[in-house]
Amino acid sequence: MEFTEEQLERYSRQIILKEVGGKGQHRLKQARVLVVGAGGLGSPIAMYLGAAGIGTIGLIDGDVVDLSNLQRQVLHTTPHVGMPKVESGRRLLEALNPHVHVKTYQEPLDAGNMMTLLPDYDLVLDGSDNFGTRFLVNDACYFARKTLISGSIFRFEGQLATIKSHEGYPCYRCLYPEPPPAGLVPSCQEAGVLGVLAGTVGILQANEAVKEILHIGDTLADRLLIYDALDMTFRNVGRPKDPTCPLCGTAPTITTLEEHHVSCSL
Amino acid sequence: MITIRIPTPLRPMTGGKSEIEGKGNSIGELIEQLNIAHPGLKDRICDERGEIRRFINIYLNEEDIRFLTGKDTPVKDGDAVSIVPAIAGGSHD
Repeated sequence: MEFTEEQLERYSRQIILKEVGGKGQHRLKQARVLVVGAGGLGSPIAMYLGAAGIGTIGLIDGDVVDLSNLQRQVLHTTPHVGMPKVESGRRLLEALNPHVHVKTYQEPLDAGNMMTLLPDYDLVLDGSDNFGTRFLVNDACYFARKTLISGSIFRFEGQLATIKSHEGYPCYRCLYPEPPPAGLVPSCQEAGVLGVLAGTVGILQANEAVKEILHIGDTLADRLLIYDALDMTFRNVGRPKDPTCPLCGTAPTITTLEEHHVSCSL
Repeated sequence: MITIRIPTPLRPMTGGKSEIEGKGNSIGELIEQLNIAHPGLKDRICDERGEIRRFINIYLNEEDIRFLTGKDTPVKDGDAVSIVPAIAGGSHD
């Protein structure tokens, strides 16, 4: 294990866990994780994974930091308003843990860049803010055979699932076959979102990522976790594989990665 | 009585309540009955053909009714039904 004294001390509180150990810490260091969206979910994901010693973190986001983001997007600070989110994120992550290799992509995710990027990563965490991207990331991860940890939030509710469709588990389309049509659902800007909720769900995604990398614990590969911040309840519901799924079913109709132009954003 | 869990986006239609009660022998009947007490709820859950919208899941206890018998899935007293729409928030706005 090629860890320095400084690294051993930095990670000592988790290396001491028998489920992690030096071997687990080495796995974290070898891991390459792509975070889609450097916003409300992407912030806690990137910060906790960076702090834990994930070797490579990719950040993809085409936006710049806005003052109204700071209520929940803790990867960004007031002096960075106006800066590209991925650059702001890189600076904070490198200050948090200089051992992390941060790769940045200041562009919106699309079918082209997704398939180019995915071979360089082992695991994908989706913290995007619209259905078009969510379906695209799901499809791309299926074709590229990558595990996807999907989290989403709305007002006071969060949903979390681990997608391992390449291992025979259900994909996101098995859960929700189609995105809602534009106009039927309000955007976060219209509906609002509790800042702390983004932190809670993002940290749960980071937790599932660490477990995937360490091969420990149970996964959400066949369930959906629903969190209600007002009632303070966590519920699990079954998430079966849909044999008629257009992507991963027995007679798929989606055989190449295409962009789905879904104008609504929730 | 059957307990129905209402997701945040639909709570304006139930006076803010996260749980309501209803009656019926099937999921379809339950939706019709709920629409009497909460007009407009059916339109949010079902499309113009009366089918459950493809981005909304209904769970009987912990099972997705799409993998049971859909709207014909029988329900009985004491069952818990959840309505869970897809949500996409996460990044900026």
